[in-house]
Amino acid sequence: MISASEHKVDHLMESLKPGHEPDETALFPVIDDIITSYHGQGGALIPVLQTIQNMLGYLPENSLRYVSKAMKIPFSEVTGVVSFYSFFSTQPRGTYLIRVCMGTACYVRGGNEVLEAITRELGIRVGETSDDHQFSLEVGRCFGACGLAPVVMVNDTVHQRVKPSKVRELIAQYQQAAAEKMEAAL
Amino acid sequence: MNSTVTLTIDNQTVTVEKGKTILDAAMQIGIDIPHLCKDDRLTPTGACRLCLVEVEGRPKLQTSCSTPAEPGMVVHSETPEIRKLRKTVLELTIAEHRLSCTTCDKDGDCLLQDYAYRYHINEHKYPSLEHKVTTMNYTAREKAFVYDPSKCIRCGRCVKICAEVQGIHAITFMKRSYEVMVTTGFNEPLKTTVCETCGQCVGTCPTGALYPKAAKQKGRAKDLEKIRTTCVYCGVGCQLDLNISRKTGELVMVSTEPGSIPNDGNTCVKGRFGYDFVHSPKRLTKPLIKEQGKFREAEWDEALDLVARRFTELRSEFGPHALAGFTSARATNEENYVIQKFVRSAMGTNNIDHCARLCHASTVTGLARAFGSGAMTNSIKEIKQAEVIFVIGSNTTENHPVIGITIRQAADSGSSTVIVADPRKISLTSNAAIHLQHRPGTDTALINAMIHVILEEGLEDRGFIEERTEGFDEMAETLASHTPEFAEKICGVPAEDIRRAARIFAGAETASIIYSMGITQHTTGTDNVLALANLALLTGNVGKMNAGVNPLRGQNNVQGACDMGGLPDVYSGYQKVADPSAREKFSRAWGVELPEEPGLTVVEIMNQASEGTMKGLLIVGENPMLSDPDITHVEQGLRNLDFLVVQDLFLTETAELADVVLPAASFAEKEGTFTNTERRVQRVRKAVTAPGEARLDWEIICDLSRRMGYDMHYASAEEIMEEIAFLTPIYGGIFYDRLEKVGLQWPCRDRNHPGTPYLHKDRFSRPNGKGKFHPVTYIQPREMPDEEYPLILTTGRMLQHWHTGTMTRKSIVLDDLVPHGALELHPEDAEARGIVRGDTVAVSSRRGMIHVPVNITEKVRKGTVFMAFHFHEHPANALTIAALDPIAKIPEFKACAVKVESFAEKE
Repeated sequence: MISASEHKVDHLMESLKPGHEPDETALFPVIDDIITSYHGQGGALIPVLQTIQNMLGYLPENSLRYVSKAMKIPFSEVTGVVSFYSFFSTQPRGTYLIRVCMGTACYVRGGNEVLEAITRELGIRVGETSDDHQFSLEVGRCFGACGLAPVVMVNDTVHQRVKPSKVRELIAQYQQAAAEKMEAAL
Repeated sequence: MNSTVTLTIDNQTVTVEKGKTILDAAMQIGIDIPHLCKDDRLTPTGACRLCLVEVEGRPKLQTSCSTPAEPGMVVHSETPEIRKLRKTVLELTIAEHRLSCTTCDKDGDCLLQDYAYRYHINEHKYPSLEHKVTTMNYTAREKAFVYDPSKCIRCGRCVKICAEVQGIHAITFMKRSYEVMVTTGFNEPLKTTVCETCGQCVGTCPTGALYPKAAKQKGRAKDLEKIRTTCVYCGVGCQLDLNISRKTGELVMVSTEPGSIPNDGNTCVKGRFGYDFVHSPKRLTKPLIKEQGKFREAEWDEALDLVARRFTELRSEFGPHALAGFTSARATNEENYVIQKFVRSAMGTNNIDHCARLCHASTVTGLARAFGSGAMTNSIKEIKQAEVIFVIGSNTTENHPVIGITIRQAADSGSSTVIVADPRKISLTSNAAIHLQHRPGTDTALINAMIHVILEEGLEDRGFIEERTEGFDEMAETLASHTPEFAEKICGVPAEDIRRAARIFAGAETASIIYSMGITQHTTGTDNVLALANLALLTGNVGKMNAGVNPLRGQNNVQGACDMGGLPDVYSGYQKVADPSAREKFSRAWGVELPEEPGLTVVEIMNQASEGTMKGLLIVGENPMLSDPDITHVEQGLRNLDFLVVQDLFLTETAELADVVLPAASFAEKEGTFTNTERRVQRVRKAVTAPGEARLDWEIICDLSRRMGYDMHYASAEEIMEEIAFLTPIYGGIFYDRLEKVGLQWPCRDRNHPGTPYLHKDRFSRPNGKGKFHPVTYIQPREMPDEEYPLILTTGRMLQHWHTGTMTRKSIVLDDLVPHGALELHPEDAEARGIVRGDTVAVSSRRGMIHVPVNITEKVRKGTVFMAFHFHEHPANALTIAALDPIAKIPEFKACAVKVESFAEKE
């Protein structure tokens, strides 16, 4: 999906510093490449934004300003689109993005209680990221798995028929995975 | 090919133009279908769901605002089912709206309230979903207006007007569902976005969600009276409604009405938010007489007696030509007429001029030579219908904002191709197909090169040239050397861009040239105008609808001040002083012998003042101490006068130097007319009472005239206009009763004449009826950059301020937006001088030096610097040169040589 030249992307990824917006001299050439790869296509804004978010994990403000300028789309419109789709985030996200479905079926089957339990367990609210950058919490509007309701997605993994009482276990599983990954890295 | 559609609504038959909607058709026959999200200026939204109607044969209800009327449709607008549905829709809408009608300024002028009442809704049918009022929304730092999300019904009108009409896209909808809110990207304060603070969003809001901050608690609809008048800022002549409190008599706010001509309910930041000067405590309220260098208040009789005595003494001692008057492009037609009549009759001289000399004198001289008449050839509404709009030397967005937005709309919608020629990257360059960024003062080289290309490629309109023009061969002969390559060297614009621009211009069926002071304020001003006239004649782009040469006049009534004879060589309607029959006519009508010699112009009067031959000067509503070139010289001249009288609203920099200052009424305090840039004579109406003893300019002049032995009496402004109409053929049909709703465009020769939307149809107004080509060669600006003064200074204006700032700098909103001036400097020029962001710099020319904050920007080209002249603390005109165009006598404000140094270095 990334349609920018590899060395530019590598340079960008190396230049990233946590807590800071990406360096513009590294970021803008990559965005240029992405836009060029969609050149001439109507409605390219959303795929362009998706590509940037897949790369950086979120959409920093400077990336949106540059997209607006380069694609000649008003900045207000770009941010309006970003705010409309829950998939997009303008805040850095944690290693694990937890999305709790609040579609009709999941809601009826107790999705709200599951959400409350996760909120309690992680100490963050919807839209926030935990201090250790491990978890971000968001709400989704139907993942198309109503038969398995209530559903929680962690990154690309679907967890079905989640009960509030099982939330702690679920999170612990990811915390452990994170710790193992950290150890392996050391 | 049927271009109309007939349908039936509620058993009434109605015929409308094809393309109109059901709602348009219903409104045409007075059927009031409720609608919250519709504004005629916007594309249909269909969001509020109130205008749903039943169309027989269609299974579902249709939104009448977005459904085109079709032949034979049978529509029911208010069945029991529809009523029920509307009630529910309103109840749901109200659930999102904070019910605060008891304290809301919009009470009585709120569509939501009207419909809630009409459908008798239950306000508490659904649980409240209202947004919490947070102080930190995007308008938190605005002085002009406030957004209250708790009253917002998400109709989208503000977002759409910002995008579709203003073309700015400053605001948008954020999030979705019940969380939707209007805001900017990242909730940035408006001030730091592209917002132009036009307040169109405030104007279109159907509820009290967006409201002008200054009007809070000053009155609801029933407490306010709306007085329709004409804006006193630029030459567009927006029709505004001054909302006056019935209790206090104060001007509370300005509103507009969609559909009004010429502005269709649009206006700019100055028109909507720049009127607090009217009630400024700094207004003059008593005549002032200077004694031992200090002003003291005086009674009117004493002040007028003194003025009359001194002017009479100077006249008998030095002759009438030692006296002069400056009339005012700010004043009404009636006042201008009276003032020029006073100068010619009571003073006995033609030394009458005004600031048109400084802005469009070369338009009058140039276009009169080429076409026979020096005014916009077309109407404002025709501009955006031209296939090509060539904007040269006009920062339209900032200086004629409402015309600016129509050009932006035309470019954005793709209906017109816009070519911009300007030394700066003005706002319109982002909408333009080509930007020719030429050096200041090289316009003739650029235009001649375009003409060269058109001739070389055979793109000219031969038929038009042969039938309607003369002088083509003489003009064409001089152009052999004016190739685009030659122009590239002079203008600094790639030859290929000039070729492209020429082809686009010549290829259009209708091309409209829009120009302003970037063309006129040069020593070659007349030549610049003539070159543009050549271009238009060459391509047959004049004398027809939508195509022509359109000088945008600066001041609210600069067109009128010229029309009224506020010029040294003509009486009203451009009847020449030198023409014995015209002189005879006015002499008989006014009952006085009139001087034969044309008089002096503004700069010549100043020169004579400093030489000591000019003795007495009357200045009405002008501030040459900031507006004229080389103000050190101006000050010396004014101080050198034996007697100076200034009539103004405020103690301006010029009034400070006067012997007597007379307090005048503002536009909001008087009846009269202004003539806008499209020659439309429009009414000005009294809305508030003048402060203290301030009086109408024409009354002051009449009193003065009587004291000087020439009796002038008028009962009203209307009576003055009757005299104007009687003596001025082009105003022959201008009568107040005809101007009630919409103004008339001159020429309007008699009572039944409908006015003239575009000029020179079938024949030009020159004596032989032909348009005339003039050979024009490139002459460089008088002062070119050199080693000592290496940069070219070009001056101009900005959106948020007006001229010498007398009014705008007293406005809370405008002063907050732009509190001081700045010098625009290219980054490379800044770097070469070690100047960085935030610095104050010293700018000097051979005539003066000022200190001013710097704005390092690529808006200017390298080697060129720009400054607006509004600011007395760093007056740009301390630097400019009083070199004149030999014909028009207009000074070269747009080019002089300066140097820029870091302030610290200078110290």
